[in-house]
Amino acid sequence: MPRIDSAAELEELRKGILSKRDPNKPYIAICAGMGCHGLSNDRIITAFEEEVKKQDLKKKVDIRATGCHGFCEKGPIVVIYPEQICYVEVMPGDVPEIVSQTVLGKKVIDRLIYTDPNTGEKAAHQSEIPFYKNQMQHLINNNTKIDPKSIDDYLAIGGYSALSKALLEMSPEQVLEEIKKSNLRGRGGGGFPAGKKWETARNAPGEEKYVIVNSHEGELGAFMDRAIFMGNPHSVLEGLIIGAYAIGSHQGFIYTRHDTPQLKNNIDIALAKAEEYGLLGENILGSGFNFNVEVHFDIGIFVSGESSALMKSIEGKNPEPRAKYIRTSVRGIWEKPSNLNNVETWANVPLIINKGSEWYASIGTERSKGTKLISLSGNIVNTGVAEVPFGTTIREIIYDIGGGIPNGKKLKAVHFGGPMGGSIPESYLDTPLDFDELAELGAPIGAGSMLVLDEDTNMVDVIRFFLDFLSNESCGKCVPCREGIRQMLKIVTNISEGNGREGDIQLLEEISEVAAAASLCALGKTASDPLLSTLRYFRDEYEANIK
Amino acid sequence: MKEILLQIDGKEVKATEGMTVLEAARSADIFIPTLCYHEKLKPYGGCRICTVEVEVRGWTRPVAACLYPVEQDLKVRTRSEKVDRIRKMILELLLAHAPYSIELQNLAQEYGADKDRFEKESSFCILCGLCVRYCAEVKKKHAVGFVKSGAKREISFIPEISSKECWNCKECFPLCGTSYLQAAFVLAESLAFSSASSKNATEK
Amino acid sequence: MENKKIDRIINKYQGKPNSLIQVLLEIQSENHWLPKEALDRVSKKLNVPLSQIMQIATFHNTFSLIPKGRHEVHVCTGSSCHVRGSTRLLDAVQELIGIRPGETDSDSKFSLDTSNCLGCCNLGPEIIVDGKHHGKVTPAKAEDVLKNYE
Ligand SMILES: Cc1cc2nc3c(=O)[nH]c(=O)nc-3n(C[C@H](O)[C@H](O)[C@H](O)COP(=O)(O)O)c2cc1C
Ligand code: SF4
Ligand code: FES
Ligand code: FES
Repeated sequence: MPRIDSAAELEELRKGILSKRDPNKPYIAICAGMGCHGLSNDRIITAFEEEVKKQDLKKKVDIRATGCHGFCEKGPIVVIYPEQICYVEVMPGDVPEIVSQTVLGKKVIDRLIYTDPNTGEKAAHQSEIPFYKNQMQHLINNNTKIDPKSIDDYLAIGGYSALSKALLEMSPEQVLEEIKKSNLRGRGGGGFPAGKKWETARNAPGEEKYVIVNSHEGELGAFMDRAIFMGNPHSVLEGLIIGAYAIGSHQGFIYTRHDTPQLKNNIDIALAKAEEYGLLGENILGSGFNFNVEVHFDIGIFVSGESSALMKSIEGKNPEPRAKYIRTSVRGIWEKPSNLNNVETWANVPLIINKGSEWYASIGTERSKGTKLISLSGNIVNTGVAEVPFGTTIREIIYDIGGGIPNGKKLKAVHFGGPMGGSIPESYLDTPLDFDELAELGAPIGAGSMLVLDEDTNMVDVIRFFLDFLSNESCGKCVPCREGIRQMLKIVTNISEGNGREGDIQLLEEISEVAAAASLCALGKTASDPLLSTLRYFRDEYEANIK
Repeated sequence: MKEILLQIDGKEVKATEGMTVLEAARSADIFIPTLCYHEKLKPYGGCRICTVEVEVRGWTRPVAACLYPVEQDLKVRTRSEKVDRIRKMILELLLAHAPYSIELQNLAQEYGADKDRFEKESSFCILCGLCVRYCAEVKKKHAVGFVKSGAKREISFIPEISSKECWNCKECFPLCGTSYLQAAFVLAESLAFSSASSKNATEK
Repeated sequence: MENKKIDRIINKYQGKPNSLIQVLLEIQSENHWLPKEALDRVSKKLNVPLSQIMQIATFHNTFSLIPKGRHEVHVCTGSSCHVRGSTRLLDAVQELIGIRPGETDSDSKFSLDTSNCLGCCNLGPEIIVDGKHHGKVTPAKAEDVLKNYE
């Protein structure tokens, strides 16, 4: 493959790829995401490959092992295109039948389609399944259309056109302006305006600057970053290169999980392919802009997702946070300006450049723009990844998309943001998904995990669980966090075992206040947020266990 | 170096760019308590007892004085109701480990901290890291380091190095705020449990 | 672990000190634990003090300083698995193989550890054996999963 040296060459290549593809040729999209992987989807993929070979159909049908489709609950998921017939909970034994009946015979196999457990209604097409029907997908929808290992698949759906537009038609300032106008806010937890952060890094003194993808995804119950990065790695990479151009950086880093070989593999292939095509490296697309990327792995500990700890880790040092009185966008890796954004934040960038900030800002609420990927877990019928516009109510997400609570149970609370987040009770379910509104309720969105809790849940136990997690997964450097969590965990454990003492709640509040005010990093500062939110809405559960 | 004027407890203080609030305060004879700070070592920011309140553009927030860089017209309050509450709690949390530390007891008296507020912990190390950092930064021997994370964090000697270096040095012992014996105890223990190196030590 | 293998990993990163974490991860993944001699060698070759290496190697249960059994059993203790009963599942597994998280049994058959959320919440509660996920495992079913390993 010769490298691409101009916008014209890119478009020519794209045309070439498309001209060889017949849009009516059937293809089988088999989910190879993490959730389906756990359900042995590799056996399904092999079965399809064998069946296609056996029936000598190689020329008539394509097979794509894709990223997560979102509907992990019903995995392994198989979608037959162009009709978009969606089969759920597919077993290897179903494969020959799917090939002859559906792919060739265009017939729907009734037993494999989705049945709504609430209404008994069947749905053969993805667009008819409530889980999908009620979403607004701009990011994850591409997962079913591409094989993450194929850059051609990404190019076929218009990939790298935003990069070409940014590098060849826009100045770095214009790109920055576009992102600022879109009001894109960071998806990693803080909701910090991406454009503002980019601008700080851009204006920070120094020639050498870095851009980084945070793909640590340490938030418990969060798996949307993996879904996007594993399923569509080029979209994240494209966003990163555009950001680097706007900021004036020539070196990028990807910080990702050491424990997910499939993710690592897809990233490695994407980088190699992008370089081969001239989309990474020297003189990208003939623009004169140079940019390289290095991949680094975490060691699994939660605190390493924190920006300064992450940057130390990239330097090869122990991932321990440092004080950020001077921001990492001014002084980060090796003291150089370093702009860190989350996977999903980067993935939004090509979309904004392509469709414009005005389009982007038309989606969502007043202060939270665009769509958000949500990981649904806990006591919910449909565990999986959903994409909704900001402003969708929590009730819609849980009932219309998530299918409600299993086993006929009632919902008690929804916990957002993992160990640094908070819970809201049933009565707040009509709150719209919005960074600020949920933060005001004491349940900041975090990275987007929604842990659904049914009526049987003991809220004090949930808090004990999170504190226990943090007491292991923090670094232990500073006193308010290390010792504060140690003591809070003891007290909450006592209460959860029915041995609470008079004054315990006040003591918890006192420790919380000090940990929030005096801890070194955001972990300690927000470690008691889940506790405080439950003291706000479920105080009686604590009081009931205090003698 | 650019000169910077700031206000600490209502007093005009002259400092130079790059200084921390703690250094500026010390230069003006204003006392801020510290546990993990040492002038020969890089600021660490672990104990947080040096927390003060700063006011920037009308916003008040607590910061660690040993790390916070001075800024023109910065207003610093080294004592306030909030600062005192923070220090009291930090002391109570630490006294659960080192109830007999003179340094902690003195501060406890100043801030009204109750040394028995929390149940006693088995380790009396407060993990200020003075020994670890002194050995690494000043002596450049790296005989002692931190191990483990979160609430399980502790200090640990590297037997091969400490069996050679420590007995003739021991410069970190007097730095220990909990008791001179703490470091010695951990050192002896680490040597005793490492058969190869304890042989080394007895041969000397 | 042979020195040759360790050197090969170190050389892959051209002996740069900032590759320390990547080197340790590779040794752990190839050898399943970090022998003392390996850490000494890394310390010398990368010119990083052993104390710094020990801090990283003990920072998370990703690394092990003791040998692992033939089969590495992980019970997911993420938040979703927790509310779906992973505590009872972990108890059952401990009971079955007679060891606690972080330990290896006496005939080196199993090592047990807890794991943070691996992003397969649809499977919870789950046991992962040598990287293979076993989903929706009730305490009673744990034995069925583990009896297949020798
Ligand atoms: C303890 C801790 C853990 C974090 N873990 C993650 C993580 O796993 N992924 C992530 O994107 N951000 C994480 N963050 C937030 C990052 O520090 C940082 O704010 C974010 O990556 C910036 O990207 P964004 O502005 O695009 O959200 C964490 C923060 C803290 C304090
Ligand atoms: S707040 Fe917690 S995680 Fe952050 S530096 Fe302090 S001890 Fe480490
Ligand atoms: S992993 Fe297959 S649908 Fe999510
Ligand atoms: S002296 Fe500032 S944190 Fe210890």
